[in-house]
Amino acid sequence: MKTINLTLQVWRQETSAKKGRFETYKAENISTDMSFLEMLDVVNEQLTLEGREPIAFDHDCREGICGMCGAMVDGHAHGPQKGTTLCQLHMRHFSDGDTLVIEPWRARAFKVVKDLVVDRSAFDKIIQEGGYVSVNTGGTPDGNTLPISQEAAEKAMDAAACIGCGACVAACPNASAMLFTGAKISQYALLPQGRPEAYKRARAMLKMHDVCGFGNCSNERECEAQCPKEISIVNIARMNREFLKAGFFGE
Amino acid sequence: MKLDAKIPGGPLTEKWDRHQFDLKLVNPANKRKFTVIVVGTGLAGGSASASLAELGYNVKTFCIQDSPRRAHSIAAQGGINAAKNYQNDGDSEWRLFYDTIKGGDFRAREGNVYRLAQLSTNIIDQCVAQGVPFAREYGGLLANRSFGGAQVSRTFYARGQTGQQLLLGAYGAMSRQIKAGKVTMFPRREMLDLVLVDGKARGITARNIITGEIESHAADAVVLCTGGYGNVFYLSTNAMASNVTAAYRAYKKGAGFANPCFTQIHPTCIPVHGDYQSKLTLMSESLRNDGRVWVPKKPGDTRPPRQIPESERDYYLENKYPSFGNLVPRDVASRNAKEQCDMGKGVGETGLAVYLDFADAIKRDGRDVIERKYGNLFAMYEKITGENPYETPMMIYPAVHYTMGGLWVDYNLMSTVDGLFVLGEANFSDHGANRLGASALMQGLADGYFVIPYTMGGYLAGASLSPVSEDDPAFRESAARAKDTMETLLSINGSRTVDHFHRELGKIMWEHCGMARTDAGLEKGKSLVDGLKAEFWEDVNVPGSAEDLNQSLEKAGRVGDFFEFAGLMMDDALARRESCGCHLNEAYQTEEHEAKRDDENCCHVAVWEHAGTDKAPVFHKEPLEFENVELTQRSYK
Repeated sequence: MKTINLTLQVWRQETSAKKGRFETYKAENISTDMSFLEMLDVVNEQLTLEGREPIAFDHDCREGICGMCGAMVDGHAHGPQKGTTLCQLHMRHFSDGDTLVIEPWRARAFKVVKDLVVDRSAFDKIIQEGGYVSVNTGGTPDGNTLPISQEAAEKAMDAAACIGCGACVAACPNASAMLFTGAKISQYALLPQGRPEAYKRARAMLKMHDVCGFGNCSNERECEAQCPKEISIVNIARMNREFLKAGFFGE
Repeated sequence: MKLDAKIPGGPLTEKWDRHQFDLKLVNPANKRKFTVIVVGTGLAGGSASASLAELGYNVKTFCIQDSPRRAHSIAAQGGINAAKNYQNDGDSEWRLFYDTIKGGDFRAREGNVYRLAQLSTNIIDQCVAQGVPFAREYGGLLANRSFGGAQVSRTFYARGQTGQQLLLGAYGAMSRQIKAGKVTMFPRREMLDLVLVDGKARGITARNIITGEIESHAADAVVLCTGGYGNVFYLSTNAMASNVTAAYRAYKKGAGFANPCFTQIHPTCIPVHGDYQSKLTLMSESLRNDGRVWVPKKPGDTRPPRQIPESERDYYLENKYPSFGNLVPRDVASRNAKEQCDMGKGVGETGLAVYLDFADAIKRDGRDVIERKYGNLFAMYEKITGENPYETPMMIYPAVHYTMGGLWVDYNLMSTVDGLFVLGEANFSDHGANRLGASALMQGLADGYFVIPYTMGGYLAGASLSPVSEDDPAFRESAARAKDTMETLLSINGSRTVDHFHRELGKIMWEHCGMARTDAGLEKGKSLVDGLKAEFWEDVNVPGSAEDLNQSLEKAGRVGDFFEFAGLMMDDALARRESCGCHLNEAYQTEEHEAKRDDENCCHVAVWEHAGTDKAPVFHKEPLEFENVELTQRSYK
């Protein structure tokens, strides 16, 4: 089993009201088969035994789908590996002696809760404005009464693959959430089920996006580059078209 | 404890229709006078919250994550079954019912399972209307695949992310009700207790994970959708926060716990690779459609796989089960992998793995075809292990995946505590002793979208509920107890971490209450758990305070409950004097080492009643009656 030794500079902040700072820790004898979060587990075990408080970080499924984990590693959201969440980033991609800087997502709309944990409830607020089709349970027609072309279904699925982790916001110099918002608007814009509310949805979700304090898109493409699910910025373009159409054709 | 399953009379196919008509209704103007608490926001909790709120009830929903979109239902890959018969291949409600009840080795209720099969078709319609991007055929109609040993194609899917898409559908429906003001969402809350007033479930005690505040929430009924308890084994495919605490605390308040020993071990997971490992990753069992499972014939053979000639390989599943081969059900595949490794024929660094080889499939169909079918799984495997499965065989080993056991519920999904309903994996109801693939999503959504909206009304219309507020002494006592437990954990100041204890507990459970069980092993396991539990309460180290985000403290509370629950699981395994489905007691097996049921003496649901701290739980039986299917020995030869 190959092992490496690392130096970590980790952002520590007790609460959102207090000032944070970097602290330095040694991560020693780290197996290269470990995931990044397992490496943090090892450091936390060590801190606990030394009577210090372990580093708080969000995580849950540890298989790259729940969207709970995430941190900036050396300035990259979820670390340097493309198309990978932090929990699926493995230590074999680092070298012995490396120093890693680990920070929380930084954005006005994502307040730091503690250490690497941030408050992403703004994403839920955006979805509440229209990230759904307004149907009640029951009384729906047979699934096959609504044929949908394979192409549309595939594109909708490409957009729907978003895990809501917030990496796009953290990666964007403007802390914009347009990739997140655009992906959801696109999913429903591409499907016939979503059309009846398309204009209302585009307007309401974008309005909430701004109210929450996210910035505007200036085509930096950092979101797409750092998205662990590699969601395309085509979805932002589609959102913009939906928004424009809403201006022309909506009420 | 009285166990009345309340299965409606009449022919199997008419029970649910008749029951829906018999259930009392709450008039629309009165619905807004009732408040319902839903704990958990997976498929069951999300769909229940949305559906109840749409009807007009006031819903208070709690989840442990920062957003209700993250519950572990999201990780389900394969798909969801429905008896649509779109493929014209002979599927029907009756066939789905039969496959499910047989797959569960005849340890589930006919009435519940038939209802599940009936509702399966409504789920697909509902999800399509919500805009769930299911896979489509060229003509635009819904695509299906076959799955989990079924002989028909009835599984609907959205790439390898079916659970995610269905969950986001339910989350969307619930978000709409949050916007409408009918659902109040409480994220980052952990339920610590169920509160009873006059013997009825009237609320919960929860901890705000961020501020540490202990909160009381009153309601007219409580719905638990808190998932399974696979993390009692420490390593499992469950999410890190999945735990038994909510269900176990309800058990301590009088809810019967049914079949806790029924745990499914999934055969195609990435093997354990070190002591630091925190969780196991499952790969869809569809891999077994094309991969061939083998081990070296000679124990201790450490040559790289490609250097082991064909004649020195043992394709043990194909040899032992010529007609099903690599496609035997999950429990059979898992047990055989363990058997090979126990004989010293396991591979990899730990010797706890078998090969799943795609070389023949690639030779036969070409790399393109295999890549199209399994590309995302191969990529995931490579990401985790650093090995390329197109060139070298995958290594797999079984891992704890799903728990069929759970809180006992009647046909209305109500537990033995009035007003406490339990949905999804948290209840025991539909999968018997073994769950088939693509059935968990179906059950979670059936319970939440189509069962609870009716049965909740039936309960509330008939119950006499006095007004209850959070100032009631029952709430204050419960909150005080929760605080005490936390203070105790924080004050131990021992020398070992919570994870250390959890890991050790997991090892004991895997060794003594895992894939193959013996009476002696279970007894030994019980005494080891008791010993470790005592050490936990004397030597655990929980840093920090109870007044803010403290992840060690959260874990400590959960592990404390796992310790007690582990004993209950082993009691249950000992009390079941047979083998069935995933529960194999080595004393009860056929000549071919398959689970051997005892239908005469063990055709029952085992239900456990809490009798008090440090007292043995009381064992009850709900007999299972089969009027529509014949009980047969499963054979996959």
